[in-house]
Amino acid sequence: MGLEELYSVCVHCGFCLDVCPTYQQTGKENESPRGRVYLMKAAVEGTIPLDESVNDPVFNCLDCRACETVCPSGVKVGTLIEKIRGLTVQENPKTGFRKFLHNFFLRELFPSPKRLITVRKFTRFYQRSQLQKVIHMSGALRLLPKYLREMESVLPKVTKASALSVLSKDILPLSKTSKGTVALFTGCVMDVFFSEINMATARVALRNQLRVNVPKQQICCGALQVHAGDRDQARKMARHNIDVFLQSGADFIVVNAAGCGAAMKEYPELFHDDLEEQEKAMQFSKKVRDITEVLTEVGFDRPKARLERTITYHDACHLAHAQHIRTEPRELLRSIEGITLIEMQDADRCCGSAGIYNITHPDMAQQLRERKIADLPRDAEVVAMGNPGCMLQIQAGIQAGGLEMDVVHTVELLDEAYRLERAER
Amino acid sequence: MKHAELIHELIAIFGADRVLHKHNELVVYECDGYVAQSGRPRAVVFPETTEEVARVVQLLHREKIPFLPRGAGTGLSGGATAMNEEVIISLVRMNKMLDVDFENMRAVVQPGHVNLQLTKQIAKRNFYYAPDPSSQSACTIGGNLAENAGGSHCLKYGVTTNHIVAAKVVLPTGRVVDFGAEFGDAVGYDLLGLLIGSEGTLGIATEITVRILKKPQAVKTILAMFDRVADASETVSRIIGEGIIPAAMEMMDQLAMQAVDKSNYHVGYPLDIEAVLLIEVDGLAAGVRAESEKIVDFCKEHQVRQVKVASSDAERALWWSSRKMAFGAMGRISPDYVVQDGVIPRTKLTEVLQRIREISISSGLRIANVFHAGDGNLHPLICYDASVPFETEKAMKAGSDILKVCVDVGGSITGEHGVGIEKIEDMRYLFSDAELCTQIAIRTIFNPDDLCNSGKLIPKPGRCSEMKHTSSIIKQQLEIFVDKSTKSASHSM
Repeated sequence: MGLEELYSVCVHCGFCLDVCPTYQQTGKENESPRGRVYLMKAAVEGTIPLDESVNDPVFNCLDCRACETVCPSGVKVGTLIEKIRGLTVQENPKTGFRKFLHNFFLRELFPSPKRLITVRKFTRFYQRSQLQKVIHMSGALRLLPKYLREMESVLPKVTKASALSVLSKDILPLSKTSKGTVALFTGCVMDVFFSEINMATARVALRNQLRVNVPKQQICCGALQVHAGDRDQARKMARHNIDVFLQSGADFIVVNAAGCGAAMKEYPELFHDDLEEQEKAMQFSKKVRDITEVLTEVGFDRPKARLERTITYHDACHLAHAQHIRTEPRELLRSIEGITLIEMQDADRCCGSAGIYNITHPDMAQQLRERKIADLPRDAEVVAMGNPGCMLQIQAGIQAGGLEMDVVHTVELLDEAYRLERAER
Repeated sequence: MKHAELIHELIAIFGADRVLHKHNELVVYECDGYVAQSGRPRAVVFPETTEEVARVVQLLHREKIPFLPRGAGTGLSGGATAMNEEVIISLVRMNKMLDVDFENMRAVVQPGHVNLQLTKQIAKRNFYYAPDPSSQSACTIGGNLAENAGGSHCLKYGVTTNHIVAAKVVLPTGRVVDFGAEFGDAVGYDLLGLLIGSEGTLGIATEITVRILKKPQAVKTILAMFDRVADASETVSRIIGEGIIPAAMEMMDQLAMQAVDKSNYHVGYPLDIEAVLLIEVDGLAAGVRAESEKIVDFCKEHQVRQVKVASSDAERALWWSSRKMAFGAMGRISPDYVVQDGVIPRTKLTEVLQRIREISISSGLRIANVFHAGDGNLHPLICYDASVPFETEKAMKAGSDILKVCVDVGGSITGEHGVGIEKIEDMRYLFSDAELCTQIAIRTIFNPDDLCNSGKLIPKPGRCSEMKHTSSIIKQQLEIFVDKSTKSASHSM
């Protein structure tokens, strides 16, 4: 879709204002969806320059899509924001250290599975050797902003190997009948810090008679690049994944990170100027499913074991707002006998993680984190969600707030229940 | 005072973070929910207390710089648009609930408090705030006060003015006064009544005391789809005629249904029905059941195609969203729209709709209709494309023609959206010069220099000797509402 088609849909009703986290915090319409759309329109039409008065609000947007959920007119604010970021990046190439950082992370590190393995190894060494302790004791971390220190302290322990390297290419379920084949997307950060969740996802799929295929050539989805406005790089990565996953022939492409799932469902947006590529991207995106979505779609077995837990559920923005997935995870969680689910206030308000927003915009991210932590029902022992970024963010908030609450991925609870039934047998 | 000096003074009051003044960041504030006209403010400030509002108003009054208050900017008549390079006093950061008293059924909120948030905050105790404009998820109580906002449930419960009992107000001269009474009726002239619906021309409310109500014991919501508009409107008259006052009785026509069915709030209306009625009854469970059964019968007697009672809260919520999101959903079928807000006697509905259809044909513009059928408040939504030359003017003209039809059948030009800039010229059709002058005379008492939201609500009459007379008396009386202390302060500067 062209830019004009996107912004002309807005009728300026303002129904988006009160769901926008940055508007809630600042009260400024420049930091609201309606305001951003108005600014972007003005910039595209040339009534104001594409300068910081547009770029700051556009880059301050969390891209949480809460506005899209309520918009009666159907403005695709997220897509518009991402496209304008693309224009800005094109017109104002980054220079100096910022360019180095951008290229290093978004062009060199994340797209390269090999480099990610190196990061993995280094982090594991850092955590397991005395190095982390020494650094903590030396006070060197004080050089980092408090906010990043808090994140560092909650980084999960990196396991020995990534799911991508451990899982075999094709795993058959125990049962003779199969409900279909899922190609598992293992992700970049996910497989460094949360490879256990990938393993759990595979186990839960197998337990529900799905054949699990793990395409070995897959790479990072490119969501961070899209969010940062680096659409060229994102296109390269999307093309690669589209080929790899379509070749696998799987019925579904299964994702357990909300941000990746949303980005992969939106791959066609990256190719709107090339019909052939867009067609292929559409074939691909039609198959993409969140793990909770595919389980409810093909039907899942109710775990036979009990799991006594009082839990609450946080809606990751890119599940609830970008993919409209709200009931599926709750249905799965409620299917576990013994689970009591307490709904939290404004469960679908962004926690401030928002990809790398918590690194680029630490002040706003911290304000939103504090609000999220304040909303957690104090009776809950566990808070479940479907996105690794949110997990780190909320874990850091829980620790900073001195609360005792476990942070888990939805499939981890399900996996635990299924494992208990095996143990009980 | 030079612009730079003004900005300097504003920053001295609010700090740099709460003042917007750069040319390009003000673009966003050049209109509200009414987009056909726009004007860029000279600055936007974000006070957090009554004192800050008073300080900035005193400054602007002293320097004779125009200003206006703004809430969420969801208004539909341009009431918060800066047509005179005003300083916008945005009240959205004044969004706290200051007090709630369940026993006495009162809450005190700041003007930036979002309407629906008030209901949400008191819902745990089974209370709610009754006026429910369609924009209630975003609009503010302060804005509701300024516009005397209505809403779907105002048929039974009354509009904003029936639910606000007191307000602390910063007058356009900067003086702080209290209007109304928390309990009982205020003695003397009803100044609060004057303030509510004055569209920001008499002052800025900074603390608002509202009535809160206990939720009704039972609610039933009925959706009735009709082949013909005439049948739907006769059903409306029949229900009221039988002595039933539903909490709400709403109608949408075919084009409105089609737009909203394309949105996130899809109900799935049959494509060929002409009108849908959404009727809600509430109260004691036994009465509600009997009333809803009667209503269903009346619908059937008037050739309803299909009528159903909501079977769950989710279904009820969807039907309501479908109605309340209808304005915004116009974006699905048209690049731009203006909504009109005419009021007519209920019994004239079929006739007026026919006249609107004729206006649509002669203007060549599609017009969807959404309305509060129970109280005869029409919202024709005129679709146009601002990028087509002269189409905006055509749409404005069609709107004005519709309002004339409303006045001609014995109605009025606004039910709940206010006059703002949009309908200001239509006021002349409704009022004589003498009547307008009386209104201006009242405004002059509160707003002697016409600095506060100038050019809204009341047009300048052709001749107005009374107005000049009143102004001169007020000048002689040394500005009745000017706080003596601020006056002397300004002299000493």
